[in-house]
Amino acid sequence: MTLEWIGDAVLILVVLPVVVVLLRGVLAAATAIVGSVGRIAAAARAGSADLNAAGLLVTTREQVNTTIGVVAGYGGSLDVILDDAEGG
Amino acid sequence: MPAAGVVMIIAVVAIVAAVVVYLVSTIVALRRITAGLDDAIAGVVGIISKSAPVGEIVEAINHDLDAGVSLLEGLLVKKAGVADAVGLIDGLYPGAGAEGLRDVPDSATITPPRIAEVYTRGTLTLARLGREAPIAAASPNGPALRNPAYGSLAARDLYDDVRHTKPDRLPRSPLIGADSPVQYDPNEEVGRPRKRMPAAQKRS
Repeated sequence: MTLEWIGDAVLILVVLPVVVVLLRGVLAAATAIVGSVGRIAAAARAGSADLNAAGLLVTTREQVNTTIGVVAGYGGSLDVILDDAEGG
Repeated sequence: MPAAGVVMIIAVVAIVAAVVVYLVSTIVALRRITAGLDDAIAGVVGIISKSAPVGEIVEAINHDLDAGVSLLEGLLVKKAGVADAVGLIDGLYPGAGAEGLRDVPDSATITPPRIAEVYTRGTLTLARLGREAPIAAASPNGPALRNPAYGSLAARDLYDDVRHTKPDRLPRSPLIGADSPVQYDPNEEVGRPRKRMPAAQKRS
């Protein structure tokens, strides 16, 4: 009978607090990860939104190509108009 | 049932209840983590898909720009010579001449001639004379002489004369002869500048 009471005491005073402490630690860690994951997701969304302008690079490429073509034509005209350097 | 057995049952139930409560809370947190990771993964996939063609496009742009730089440098070297080209670049962008021209490796060793200074003085001179209207508009020393709309009239200011000011009375033409008011003295005027007319002397 005495051993049963000692077992009850150990169960209530030792096992139950240990279980509670361990489970609270796991829950606290999981809850903290939730916040970090939320911030990561927000950053990923923002980064993806920032790259929406990347499509304009196609237009930039076309514009650069056109500009270089114009410069080439202008340079060709200058090559005809201007004299070459001496010895050049 | 003995009292000790009842207490033990209560203790075990309490332990199981605590385990259930905390494990359920942990499961809920893990589900939120999973949802957040799915959201993050979607964002990262978006970043990857949007940035995939950037490298190729930027490479193409750089290729076109390299071709343009080579073209302009080649034209500049052909027309001005390597030394003057480096000097001109260094004059426009101080210090850039030390890097030399991309397609002319030896140009980095050239001491850039001070072309920019000469060009600047010449440019300002033209600006003062009014023969380069766009440059004259930016002349630091007062307004440009040349009026783009009435360039021919403004050009009269270049001459040391008073006729363009339309005075009420101009000096009469010089008289010649022994009784003229202004006598020509060969001993004084041979080899020297002509005497100024009275109105011109007053203006100057």
